[in-house]
Amino acid sequence: MNRIFNVTKPLTLLAAASLLLAACGGNNSDKTDKSTSSAATPAATTSPTNTTAASSDSQEKVTIEYWQYEYPSKVALINELIKQFEEQNPNITVKQTNFPYDQYNEKVATLVPAGKGPDVINLYYGWLPKYVSSGFLQPLPESGFPKADIENKYYPLVNASKIDGSYWAIPTAVRTLAVFYNKDLFTKANIAEPPQTWEELVEDSIRLTEKDSKDQFVVEGLAWEPGAQLHHWYRDGLLPQAGGQDLSEDRRKILWADTPAGLEAFQYLIDFAVKHKVGTTGVFTDDVTAFKTGHAAINIDGSFRLGSLATDAPDLNYGIAPLPSYKSKSAPSSYWANAIPAGVTGAKLDASIKFLQFLTSKEVQEQWVDKVGELPAQKEVATQDEYLNDEKLGPFIRQLDYSKAHFFIDETGERTLFVDAVNEVLLNKVPVEKAFTDLVAKTQKLYDDYWAKVDKK
Amino acid sequence: MVTTTTRRRAAEGSKSLSLRLNYRTQRYLFIYLMLSIPLLYFLLTRLFPILYSFNISFREWDILSPEKPFVGLDNYYGLFEDEAFRKSLKNTFFYVVVGIPGQLAVGLFAALLLQNVKLLRGFFRTIYFIPYITSIVAVSWVFRWLLMPNGWINGQILNLGLPAQPFLQSPDQAPYVIALSMIWQSVGFQMLIFLTGLEGIPKMYHEAAHIDGANAWDRFRFITLPLLNPIILFSAVIAGISYLQSFAHIVSMTQDGGPLNSTRTLVYHIYKLAFKNFDMGSASAATVILFVIILAFTLLQLKLLNRKIDY
Repeated sequence: MNRIFNVTKPLTLLAAASLLLAACGGNNSDKTDKSTSSAATPAATTSPTNTTAASSDSQEKVTIEYWQYEYPSKVALINELIKQFEEQNPNITVKQTNFPYDQYNEKVATLVPAGKGPDVINLYYGWLPKYVSSGFLQPLPESGFPKADIENKYYPLVNASKIDGSYWAIPTAVRTLAVFYNKDLFTKANIAEPPQTWEELVEDSIRLTEKDSKDQFVVEGLAWEPGAQLHHWYRDGLLPQAGGQDLSEDRRKILWADTPAGLEAFQYLIDFAVKHKVGTTGVFTDDVTAFKTGHAAINIDGSFRLGSLATDAPDLNYGIAPLPSYKSKSAPSSYWANAIPAGVTGAKLDASIKFLQFLTSKEVQEQWVDKVGELPAQKEVATQDEYLNDEKLGPFIRQLDYSKAHFFIDETGERTLFVDAVNEVLLNKVPVEKAFTDLVAKTQKLYDDYWAKVDKK
Repeated sequence: MVTTTTRRRAAEGSKSLSLRLNYRTQRYLFIYLMLSIPLLYFLLTRLFPILYSFNISFREWDILSPEKPFVGLDNYYGLFEDEAFRKSLKNTFFYVVVGIPGQLAVGLFAALLLQNVKLLRGFFRTIYFIPYITSIVAVSWVFRWLLMPNGWINGQILNLGLPAQPFLQSPDQAPYVIALSMIWQSVGFQMLIFLTGLEGIPKMYHEAAHIDGANAWDRFRFITLPLLNPIILFSAVIAGISYLQSFAHIVSMTQDGGPLNSTRTLVYHIYKLAFKNFDMGSASAATVILFVIILAFTLLQLKLLNRKIDY
């Protein structure tokens, strides 16, 4: 008996140890996390009894979690803003969590089912349809964010986050694409003004292109990377400028091939690499590097690049100009927007709404321009003289009135299809017409699949 | 009387037996318990996820939503209709077919050379081994930079008066570039394994064959190669699995497994399906297909290569 008892002792020890081991992995670390945070703020966790307490919210302490991707200036600014917000709302604590951009969706996808969701989440607008159709988000409460208010105050491009008649996310700042041009290279080529029309862009980029005796690029007239910003330039810039339309009203049909404008714009974009040979993929690793190092005279890029150009290439003498126009003006725009996940309720929801209102306030938008360099999402804030007259910000902001943000149902998928179509022409010598027809058909199929899934629900 | 003593003896015997058994049982119990800890860990972190992904492969799940409706074989049908999946399957086989023989041949060649030198042997061994322990991402970026249209390698090619090559920008050349870089990176590991194997072959076989008049090729063909068989088997299985799972090179050296999906591998495709498209059902289905391929491949290799050879 004694001996048997001796065996059971290590046995129970083992069982306890394995239990401990199991407890260390997976979901449970979240619980320890929460218990420590609730120790700091005694009534932080929302229990069912909180619903009654929520009405007398002045006493209730709430902790909410904010998620965004890792972008140093944004992370630093949010930390600063959280301090300001907590001063105004002493009963709310905000915790920021960051993930690298490349792993953002991956982290969301793995952590959320494990019960570690955020209360306010920053998402790229192009991901919204996926998040909405999977039931991950709740529409912005009408009480905190009246529809009429949004439509009055914000630039129309935020319409891309309106799905099924409700807004699901709201941005602090937006970005547009514009022409980045190297002033030194322009002077060298005797060009006084940045290009304003399609024709001028072609002429200028030909004049700016410099090749060595072996026909290799020394300077690209126009940096040409379809997978970077050029596919955006096509959808929301070239296509509408040529008189074409992107999507049908109900966002179910791709209309690129419905008018000759679609093909004309596609041909125009491809000609830079194939006919004019002023730039091509992979030269100087990519378009941004080429422009930074003075190996590209013009690049079509976004306002979000201003910050990294300032730190990585402080001596680069460059200017910004609105995108060249054709039959009309149009510029691609995009944004990161904040949304509230579906599971957030009660006191946490109230706190999240407050935080979101704070993030979209005029003061925060102004800080955002100064610290991050992105453009204010509200007209009233953006059109202040201080910004409009800014040499770099001005051209980006002036395009906001006629800017568009394509409704992506699958951002990576749509981009891949576009890049593939361009490569078919560039590498496999497929006729432009055929590549274009295939592109439209394949993109349409993506949309059909998406809507079939949505309709089923 | 007799019966009582025997009975007593039997009782004593059974008592001591039960005591002995108990002691033994205790020991074994303890040993098995200790052994079962890694097993438990394996069950938790490997086997359950595998079974779970089998289950998910028959469901539609976008990872964010709580429902996972059962859809039968739809995910599998969808995959085989997906051009990119078929392409990635083909590419993966290409890497296996080019990669394993390439890696084994170059590794064996390097090992044979090294075995015949004494001076600077350690130095060369280190040099060959360094790529294996270097970060794939870092190496890939160096390759990418060297191989870009106006990179250093094209500069040299142009200096020789030859036309510049697109390398990673071309769907025809990119798969070979990727395969070569994967081979380059694993040659050191292969060489080390082969060196150990070569050391294990008794010198007297070679001496005897030499006296009998066998030339160097014959000695390699009929002594070295057959006796290296277990090593070759091990290397081929390990290399096969690693080529079937190739991922990091694709992410770092190409744009999205391009151009035109020419370099996309099965694992990269799974990654895209799961974490870019949030299509966990299809991703799990693709994982199951990969699982079956690796299993079949390994069994086939064991069957084909596992021959006992002794002299």
